Amino acid sequence: MEAQRPKNYWTARIRPKAGWFDVDLKGLWRYKDLVWLLVKRDFTLIYKQTIIGPAWIVIQPLLTTIVFTVVFGNIAGLPTDGMPRFMFYMGGNIAWQYFANCLNRTSKTFVTHRQLFEKVYFPRLCMPLSTVLSQLINFLVQFALFIGFVIIYALRPNAVVHPNWRLILLTPVMLIQMGMLSLGCGLIVSAMTRKYRDLAILVSFCVQLWMYATPVTYPASMIAERFPELLGVYMLNPMTPLIELFRSAYLGTQSYYMNYYWLSVSITVAIFLTGVVLFSHAEKTFMDTI
Amino acid sequence: MDERLLEIDNVSKQFQLGSFGAGTLKQDFKSWLARIHGREDPNRKIGYDASHDGEWFTALDGVSFSADRGDALALIGRNGAGKSTMLKLISRITAPTGGEIRIHGRVASLLEVGTGFHPELTGRENIFLNGAILGMRKSEINAKLDEIIEFSEIEQFIDTPVKRYSSGMYVKLGFAVAANLAPDVLICDEVLAVGDLNFQQKCLSKMTDVARSGRAVLYVSHNMRTVTQLCNRALFLDHGHLLYDGTVERAIELYGGAGNRDVDRDLDAMPRPRKRGETMRMQHMTVLNSANMEFQQDGEWRFRITSVSNIAEQNLRLRLILLNNMLAPVAMTQTPAFEVAADERFALEISCLLDGLAPGEYTVKLSLVSDRIGGGNNYYDTIDDVGKLVIVDDPLLNQGFRWQARLWGNARMRPLEMARVEAQ
Repeated sequence: MEAQRPKNYWTARIRPKAGWFDVDLKGLWRYKDLVWLLVKRDFTLIYKQTIIGPAWIVIQPLLTTIVFTVVFGNIAGLPTDGMPRFMFYMGGNIAWQYFANCLNRTSKTFVTHRQLFEKVYFPRLCMPLSTVLSQLINFLVQFALFIGFVIIYALRPNAVVHPNWRLILLTPVMLIQMGMLSLGCGLIVSAMTRKYRDLAILVSFCVQLWMYATPVTYPASMIAERFPELLGVYMLNPMTPLIELFRSAYLGTQSYYMNYYWLSVSITVAIFLTGVVLFSHAEKTFMDTI
Repeated sequence: MDERLLEIDNVSKQFQLGSFGAGTLKQDFKSWLARIHGREDPNRKIGYDASHDGEWFTALDGVSFSADRGDALALIGRNGAGKSTMLKLISRITAPTGGEIRIHGRVASLLEVGTGFHPELTGRENIFLNGAILGMRKSEINAKLDEIIEFSEIEQFIDTPVKRYSSGMYVKLGFAVAANLAPDVLICDEVLAVGDLNFQQKCLSKMTDVARSGRAVLYVSHNMRTVTQLCNRALFLDHGHLLYDGTVERAIELYGGAGNRDVDRDLDAMPRPRKRGETMRMQHMTVLNSANMEFQQDGEWRFRITSVSNIAEQNLRLRLILLNNMLAPVAMTQTPAFEVAADERFALEISCLLDGLAPGEYTVKLSLVSDRIGGGNNYYDTIDDVGKLVIVDDPLLNQGFRWQARLWGNARMRPLEMARVEAQ
């Protein structure tokens, strides 16, 4: 019944599930204002909902850092690459928390927004994307606090904290990579919640475990010294070189692992693309099964 | 050719029935453990018949139609006909399993107004968020903000968090956003059920405007009055098939059913609303003075009806309600109260005078009711559609005019009395 029409006459053609690589990037671009408004909403809600409001963003990493300093530093006596314990743990902690929060939230995309998804169409990727961006804003607040401490520690007489300016220029790359990695993992999990609804609960537990497989509470050099034969496997974790690089840049720890960084980037890109493809595939019929 | 806004091309939708995967990792893991230990699956429901699992249910089967600029299309059909599925496909909430849907421009659906409202945000903030969810750009919302706020009728509360809104205000704001987003195809699914009468009327005229301004409206409702008011074309869906595409009148006729015109009817077998027909039940009806249920204007309809009652009742009545071809009630009449004993089988011979009823087809609804002490009715048995009653048009009785039910309604008043008087 289709008559001859100009090539771009139809804004949308809705067909049965097409191939695996049917990702609607053009649609996502059309809805960029929605992503922005969702980020703005998350930000507004932080001010409106909690009693201490935005202060919580700052208090939370400080508390965790203090706990880490006491437990892993003072009690367990783990090495910190010669850095002040507080700075060492804070650097690892805020970077990890950004990644973990993104992953925890994006992996629940379909479950959290089911009611909305049942009623209106918009590119579903808007939701996890806005989550990652609003977490980034939280991170930047914490990051500013961190920078404050870096300056204080670096200006001390006999300072051991020496920011590495060349590596600091890589900060945007690191942030984008962390965002992409958490988004990729989150999308893969969300796509799988189509079959297993309780998977999202398992995720927060797995993220906890993942933290211990990442040099957040200890330096990677500790693994290199004690288990040199495991180092290759250890570095397959894309977060490992990332956290190490982050600390090298702002604290000036020796960056032994730059050659592993490119491996981390390639793994991130692979996970991200897999996530986007699986998610786009799942979103089309997700509402029939949940 | 630039008139075409929507094409539904041989579209089908199937759902898989039964359980495919237990739904949670925990259950699947338990089932797997049981299987390797040779025990019975703990998640299998007792007496569960797995033979339907994996079978496909067809909600839509090869439906094709199209909508042009200015079309106001109604989708009519009984529950389960596939109307909602169709709207879900067009609004892209789920994908079809066959065929293709082509859309020119933007589709906005009012499947439920106020979707995505966040209770903590103010009305104004929610307008932006909701508008963006429905596909508007920020600049478009800004340009229409005043119009939206005015339409919503809640100007003084626009900077209050919506959690403090009444449900009516909530709907008004939601509809105001959706109605003003200038879609090329507007999809509505009975959104008019809420809100006061004034606001409903306002919504209807807004939808008419949408159609008149060269866009298309697709409307699903069980309210035939709004359908006739709003739509200029109708589609009749039944069990996933598109049976009719044409005038609203004909589609509504099909929806009302061809109608049972038998003079001998087995009432016992007819469907009832829940809880009706349990203590008392109408069983059989015989029409005594017509062979095809056609009657003259101001004529008489005589029938015999037999029923059984399990209980004694002092003040029983047989109530008869006539519905017009849009299934709106037109008239009611009932018998005087009578008495039945417990476990009695009783027969009534009824004469129903059809005075004042306009020509046309009517659906007959019958109930057995009693007057409750302190007012109100006690319904023992109700049949919503006993069958059709046809009043034949006789222009001679209407000063030579053919009766136009759509314009004139269903009641014929006596001719006006008149006397010529001296002009002042």
